Parts: sequence; C-alpha cells; structure tokens
Amino acid sequence: MLSTTDHTADHIVCAEDLVFSHGERNILDGLSLTIARGTVTVIMGPSGCGKSTFLGLLGGRLQPASGALRFDGKPVPRTPGPDLFRMRRKMGMLFQNSALLTDLSVHDNVAFPIREQTSLPEELIRILVLMKLEMVGLRGARDMMPSQLSGGMMRRVALSRAIALDPVMIMYDEPFVGLDPVSMGVILRLIRSLNDALGLTSVVVTHDVSEGCSIADQVYLMDNGRIAGNGTAEEMLGSKDPWIRQFMQGHADGPVRYHHPAGDYLEEIRGG
Amino acid sequence: MARSAIIIRRATILKKFGAVRMEPIMKLGQWTIGFTCGLGGACVFLVVALRGAARSLLRPMLIVQQLYATGVLTMLIILVSGLFVGLVLGLQGYYQLVSFSAESSLGMVVALFLVRELGPVLSALLFAGRAGSALTAEIGLMKATEQLAAMEMMAVDPMERIIGPRLVAGIISMPLLAAMFSAVGVLGGYLVAHVQFGVDPGMFWSSIENGVDLIDDILNGVIKSLVFGFVVVWIALYEGHRSVPTSEGVSRATTRTVVASSLAVLGGDYMLTAIMFGGF
Amino acid sequence: MHNKSLELWVGLFMLSGIVALVMLAVQAGSSGSVIGETYRIEARFENVGGLAVKAPVRIGGVRIGRVGAIRIDPSDYAAVVSLDIDAEYDTLGEDTGAAILTSGLLGAQFVGLSPGASDLYLESGDTLEFTQSAIQLESLIGQLMFNRSGQDEGR
Repeated sequence: MLSTTDHTADHIVCAEDLVFSHGERNILDGLSLTIARGTVTVIMGPSGCGKSTFLGLLGGRLQPASGALRFDGKPVPRTPGPDLFRMRRKMGMLFQNSALLTDLSVHDNVAFPIREQTSLPEELIRILVLMKLEMVGLRGARDMMPSQLSGGMMRRVALSRAIALDPVMIMYDEPFVGLDPVSMGVILRLIRSLNDALGLTSVVVTHDVSEGCSIADQVYLMDNGRIAGNGTAEEMLGSKDPWIRQFMQGHADGPVRYHHPAGDYLEEIRGG
Repeated sequence: MARSAIIIRRATILKKFGAVRMEPIMKLGQWTIGFTCGLGGACVFLVVALRGAARSLLRPMLIVQQLYATGVLTMLIILVSGLFVGLVLGLQGYYQLVSFSAESSLGMVVALFLVRELGPVLSALLFAGRAGSALTAEIGLMKATEQLAAMEMMAVDPMERIIGPRLVAGIISMPLLAAMFSAVGVLGGYLVAHVQFGVDPGMFWSSIENGVDLIDDILNGVIKSLVFGFVVVWIALYEGHRSVPTSEGVSRATTRTVVASSLAVLGGDYMLTAIMFGGF
Repeated sequence: MHNKSLELWVGLFMLSGIVALVMLAVQAGSSGSVIGETYRIEARFENVGGLAVKAPVRIGGVRIGRVGAIRIDPSDYAAVVSLDIDAEYDTLGEDTGAAILTSGLLGAQFVGLSPGASDLYLESGDTLEFTQSAIQLESLIGQLMFNRSGQDEGR
C-alpha cells in the first residue's frame, strides 16, 4: 500500500456541482470540493447541511441528481455493481454508531471484510485481525461481543474493521458524537496516526469545531448543501466572514438566527 | 364554546359545498397509490432477493445458521401447538362422529383436517408470528444501526449475505414445520381416540390409510406450506428492509409483517384450496 | 463449539421434519394411490348412483384399484366408469362382473368386482359385460311402500 503514499498535489476526490434532492428539497445544492491525497480533510457544518449525504454519494450508496464526482480518477455515480464493489474495497468507512455486526464477536467483525473479500487461510486471518486490533489497542477485547463494549471501544473496533482491507481512503461520519473526553482523545489520535502511518486519506464529517480543527489539514465548511468556506484550520478560525465566525465560535445569534422565523412576540401573546 | 360553534358551522358549510365529501375519495386514492407502490416495491425487492438467494446457495453455512434461527427456534411452538390442535380435533371429531356411530373414521377426519388445512395454515400463522416478526425486527434493526450500509461499504452485498440465506431457509423450513405439526397432531388425535375413548387403534390407522391420499392430500399440503413459507418470509424481509430506521418504524414494520402475512396465508389458503381440490 | 451445536440442532430439525413427512406419507401411502403401475378397464352402468372418482375398486372387500373417471357414452347415455386396476392383479377373467355397492347402510359407494371363471384375462381397454347398477335406497323404499299398499288392497 506504500505506492499510494505519494504526497503529490493530485486529488483523490473531486466533486463538481453536486445536486442531491430528497422530495422537493435540495439537500446538496451545487457542492464542489477536492480532497488531496494523504491529507486529513474535515468537512464541518450545522446539522442537516448535507455532510453525511455527501459521504453517501462518495460511497456510491446514494445517486446525485446532477453533477460529477470522481474517486481515484473514476466517476462514482451510477457505477455498475461489480465495479462499484471494486471501488469500495479502496474505501473504509466508520459509521456514526459504529455499525458493528451485533451477532459477531469483535474478532469476527474485524475478520468479516477479510473473509468476505479474500480466501485467506483462517490462521492468516487471525494474525491479520490481531494486527488490526493492536493498532487501535483492542487486541485484548477480541473475544468480546459488541454489546459488551463501550461506545468509544465500539468505534475503535469499527475503525480497525474499516482498515482491515488496507483502504486508500477512510470516511468518518461524526466520529466524535457521544464520546467521553478520553475516548475522544483516543479517536482523534487514531485518525491522525492511522492517516500518517498507513498513508491514507481521511475524510472526517463532523460538527465539533475544536476537535475537527485540531486534526485537520484542510477544512471545508458546508451550509445549505454547498461549500461556505475552506482553508486550513487557522484560516477558518481567523475568518472575517460573519457566518463562518458564528459557526466556528459557536455564537447563539448571528447570521444564523436564534429565533425560528415568527410573528411579533408581544402581538402574538396579546392576540392568543 | 363560541369557537367550537364556529368550527361546526364552518364544517356544515363545507359539507354543503361538497368539500368534505371529497375527502374519503381522496383517502381511497391515496391508499390505492400507496398500496400499488408497496406491491411494486415488493416485487422489485423479490427479484433482487431471489438473485441474492441463488448466490447464497453457494454458501450453505449461512443457510444453516438461518435454518437454526427460523426452523429450530420455531420447532417447539409448532410441536406444542400441533399436539393441542390434534387433541382438540380428536375430541370434537369423536363427539360428532359417535352420534353417527362412525367413530372408526376418526383417524381419517383428524388426518385430513391436519394434512390439508390446519397443518399448513396454522404452522404458517405461527411461523409468521415467531420467525417472521423476528426476521423483520432483525433486518429493521440492522438497517437502523447502519449495519446494512456498513456491509455495502465493505463491498458485501446484503442481499446475498443477509436477505438471501433467510429466504432460502424460510422456504426450506416451512414444509418441514408443517409436516411436524400434522404428524404431532395425528398423534394427539390418536391419544384422545385410543386412550380416552377406546377407539380401536387398527381402525384409527386404517381409516387414515384409506382416507388420506398421498398425492391429493399430502403433496398438496406440502405445496401449500411451501407457498406459505415463501410468502411469509418475503413479506417479513420486505417489511424489514423498507422499515423506517427508528425504533418506532421497526415496531410498526413488525406489526405489519404479522398482519399482512396472516392475511396472505388465509387468503392464499382459500385460493390454493379452490385450485387444488375444486377441480379447476 | 458453537458451530457444532448449531449444526447438531439444524440436523435434528431437518431429520425430524423429514421423519414427519415420511410418517405421513407412509400412513397414506399404503392406500395404493402411490403412482404404481395400473391398467384401465371400463364398465358400463345404467346408473352409478353416488359413485365418485377415486372410489375404491374391491374384490371380496380387498382393494385392488380405484375409479379413474366417470363419463357418459353419448350414443346410449349409459354411464361409463373407468377402473384403474393395480397391475399385480392381472388375472381377472373376462367374465368378471362389476356392481356398485355401498359400504354399510349409509357409507360411501365403491365398485365391487365378482371374479369369473374364464381362462381369458382382461387387458387394458377391455369392457366388463356383466354389471349391476347402484341400488338406490330411495327407489327401494318407494317400491316397498308401493308393494305394501298393493297387498293391503288385495286382501
């Protein structure tokens, strides 16, 4: 997998003018972004701005209404089944609630993609699984069931499953939600260290500003289905744009109103 | 008070102009569109699921695991219910037949009822309640916890890995469960006839021999239960797969599975019986 | 270990299902309706009463076949009953007679054959010549009552 570690400027993901609609509403409305190989790219934005939808499109689970999306030089949307599966073998994905297979042990969960995609002998699979689990520090938990794990441990197991087939890119969907500070620190360190040690490209989708900024090589801010701003973490934190300032610093009121649009307060109380 | 009076007046005015009367018709239209979409979705799902099932045949271990979940775990309730149904059939049959001094045909009556109707139908209903609802809940939860999406992202086709084996296992286990139901039921009927009422065992078994036909009764019963098994698992998997991925959505899907598959089994039984025994 | 017990249970399940099927099949199977070799002969009756397709064909109370079809011969409106006789009973004489009998007073009707003395055996497609139609209980009772009243008047 070392061949993919060329830190050239070429882009592993290239999205142009993506539109995705659900019913009447355009969830993605002209989204364009590029992700450089070998970097940690953090996509941030308020809830419901279409961040997770973008990961769905990138994984080929959702189809855009229009626009182009290329992964590793090949277009993703409407790729036929076998080609799409070949493409997905180069992607790992960490889901928000880990998505471990509940009827399999930790070991079998990590072994699952290896067993499904290869016909390696069982002894070799065991060694591979132990290596992957060691990377996330959970070799000792290999015989436990997912229901016995804490949220942070589940996410680490899911992470070791995501890297089981040595992907080129890992997508993280809200990896910091619902974690205690220690687990959070562990996950943050893992994202950075796995990215550098394995020469991966990481795409992190989150709404946690400080955590996102602490590991990001590049930050994209999303709002209403399009990119509102991008740059390094420092650039974003120092931005003069009022919307970006409000989001990055978490002010309650600003361009994003605190109040849902409503009639005059006093009038409504009197008239009720 | 004044407000509700206004509302009532407004409603009567609307009624006069026919706006209210349109509503049931619109409801019917909505329902029809929804039903047709559901049916179409179920058929598309079936085609994909059958393709997955065909591919899953190459991986018998997955099917064996599902045979355990759908077959073995349903076996106990099938055996117990079959026994009780047989006992009741024996009792009721005896009370009715003895007034014609025809209690020697009790075996035939019990066996025919079980093999033709009660075996396939009741075991399919129990199967829908026990295995069908479990399948829907399982698939629904896998969807809600993104396990299905995770599989797709690991380049594993859930249709082949999850849906297919369950479809195959359901179709295999249903006729076997129905046969167990009927066999245990006949034994139950025999217990009542012989132990309680002293009907001659020879008469009991020979009336079964004379009255039950291998092709007409037993084979048709097996065909019925094959069809029921297929329909119940199809509905269960489809409902699970299209369920709204929340705890409420999954529980609704589970209910829908039991209701829809029970109706399908009972309605389908009428049609199958008409075709098989009506001489069409 | 887990896999072993799972396999065992599934094996038990399959086995008991198949045993149940076989048990039901064997119970029904000896009725002779198994797709065995049969040959078909015909018998013409004036009246078949309540005879039904698949009713047994018996000699001396022993089942040797079943009624395959019942139809009307359009030329003389006689009822033609096709009898499927098990192939092992291939030595029925040509002068075998057929009657439609009833098991018990109200039981189901069946075809009873009375063996003849001929050395020539029936073959597939042959027609029985000596037949006796179904006895109809209601006409029998009618006759009895009619005769009774006639006797009373004569006295």
